[in-house]
Amino acid sequence: MKRAAAIVLSNPMSLAGVILIALVVSSAVFADLVAPFPSHRGAVVDFANFNQPPSWPNIMGTDLVGRDLFSRILYAYRISLILGIVVLLLAVPAGVVVGLAAGYIGGRTRFILMRTTDVFLSIPPLVLAMSIMGVLEPTLANGMMAVTAMWWPWYSRLVFNITLAEKEEGYVLAAELIGASRIHVMFREILPNCFPAIITKMTLDLGFVILIASSLSFLGLGVQPPTPDLGSMVAQGASYLPDSWWLTVFPGLAILVAVFGFNLLGDALRDVLGGDQ
Amino acid sequence: MRLERNMRSVCKLLAQRLAISLLVLAGVSVLVFAIARIIPGDPARIALGPNATAEQVQKLREQLHLDRPIWTQYGYFVRDLAEGDLGISLYTNRPVTTDIAQFLPATLELILVAGIFMIGFGLPLGIVSARYRGRAVDHIIRIVSLLGVSAPSFVWAVILMLLFAFFLPLFPIAGRISTDFEIDRATGFLLIDTLLVANYAAFGNALWHIVLPAFALALSGIGQAARLTRANMIETYGRPYIEMARSYGFPEWKIASRYAFRPSIIPSLTILGLDFAAMLGNAFLVEAIFAWPGLSRYGVTVILRKDLNAIVGTVLIISAAFLIANLIVDLLIAFLNPRIRYGQGSK
Repeated sequence: MKRAAAIVLSNPMSLAGVILIALVVSSAVFADLVAPFPSHRGAVVDFANFNQPPSWPNIMGTDLVGRDLFSRILYAYRISLILGIVVLLLAVPAGVVVGLAAGYIGGRTRFILMRTTDVFLSIPPLVLAMSIMGVLEPTLANGMMAVTAMWWPWYSRLVFNITLAEKEEGYVLAAELIGASRIHVMFREILPNCFPAIITKMTLDLGFVILIASSLSFLGLGVQPPTPDLGSMVAQGASYLPDSWWLTVFPGLAILVAVFGFNLLGDALRDVLGGDQ
Repeated sequence: MRLERNMRSVCKLLAQRLAISLLVLAGVSVLVFAIARIIPGDPARIALGPNATAEQVQKLREQLHLDRPIWTQYGYFVRDLAEGDLGISLYTNRPVTTDIAQFLPATLELILVAGIFMIGFGLPLGIVSARYRGRAVDHIIRIVSLLGVSAPSFVWAVILMLLFAFFLPLFPIAGRISTDFEIDRATGFLLIDTLLVANYAAFGNALWHIVLPAFALALSGIGQAARLTRANMIETYGRPYIEMARSYGFPEWKIASRYAFRPSIIPSLTILGLDFAAMLGNAFLVEAIFAWPGLSRYGVTVILRKDLNAIVGTVLIISAAFLIANLIVDLLIAFLNPRIRYGQGSK
């Protein structure tokens, strides 16, 4: 563990990733302290100040009703991170159980589970989440559900592939010989060997969940105003291009910075821990 | 003899994949149908609005078979589907197939051009990166391709538009073609329709319009392709037969293009199929920014209007397009990979 941390921190690219993630996470956690205008996260209007280009004290300008963009981006990070973490906490266990069962038990179980996985994977990711969001009310909880529904199959495929390879290994056969139950073999013997790949993928995916969630709200199918959200900020600003460029550019770059950070770190983890194609 | 065996195993593979694809498509239809039926509220009421009378709503419910049990509804749906009928859109009041036929070509055209960019830029960048591993070029390409995958395509669309349509007015801001051109619709693909009537000025104009949106759509795929090709090439470069080719004194470019690249492209191709899927979704994002008259506005509108038939039809068509793309990729791999081609290995 110490060795892994040392390797990650000694590489300039992954170090940059760690710094970016630290910035994003701390600005989300301490938004109340850092944001110059904490009240602007909600439905506040300040028409005297609307649509102003970046200047002091609105370092990223103000939006169409005069709220400070920088403050709103900090609060949007908070919601994006919560959404990302919740989605992974739901999707990963679901995918892992399906992948383990399909890979280890095999036979008809494998056929049904993996074909179901294929069905979910053959609807383009954004389209699946869009159609689920379309029929549900656009709330944060439903957004999480829609993204979870498109995310678990990736983990079930990942764990399935590892399980197929691992179940031929000596330690699994040994456990079976001494009469270990299926549950024991799956969760206590095979699962720990999936962890490195799962952790790598989760790091990368935290960024990608944020990316997809912002895409949903960009299309008007995600978190609704006045809740600050990076995707809907870009969507609202898009009709004011190019004059009010700050309305779209800063929220857009905010997405880029967060996802880039998780990608840099995920790449480094992949080199250290291996796994995950 | 060898050719015959060759063809036979490819045909067998094709039949196998086709069967699986159809099975998956059937599954998709069940899934999409289920999603569309969990709508809270009465779709007939939503479609007709609050001013419609109870009789009107009831009539529409009967027309849409909403008064029947869900299994019967699915039965009607499959029967109509077999006849190529996806029902009537409650939003446009036209058959869903007509709507999709109108909007899909513009989206497919965008995706195909983006796919060409993805391969045309992504693979060479990956090859160069692997060839000069650890040097400055490699670091730059790695950072740029990671940036490419790190932003949703609507962010790239905004940035590219600001840079290359406003700041440097090199490309048009929106649309598929300038309004001066009147092109009869034959295939719906403007790049083909303009060539069919030999209107090269219009072809150039359409090409000029598609560059920015297609590039915005392709950027994450370019990054993905470059990263993957680099990783695979580096792995191949470590193989003994490359060392042997070097010791025989083959020129570096020949080793790179012939011996290292060919085995590396197969895993990249699989991912290209997945990237194509992502583009089918991401096209929605790019079309919104560039006012591209594709499936996006239709798709989003029918979703917001809870237009059952149109939602089911759109998702089904998009999934079918994706399955076809993957089938083509599978076949390409079969032709490239001698182990599959000669029917020796399984997957």
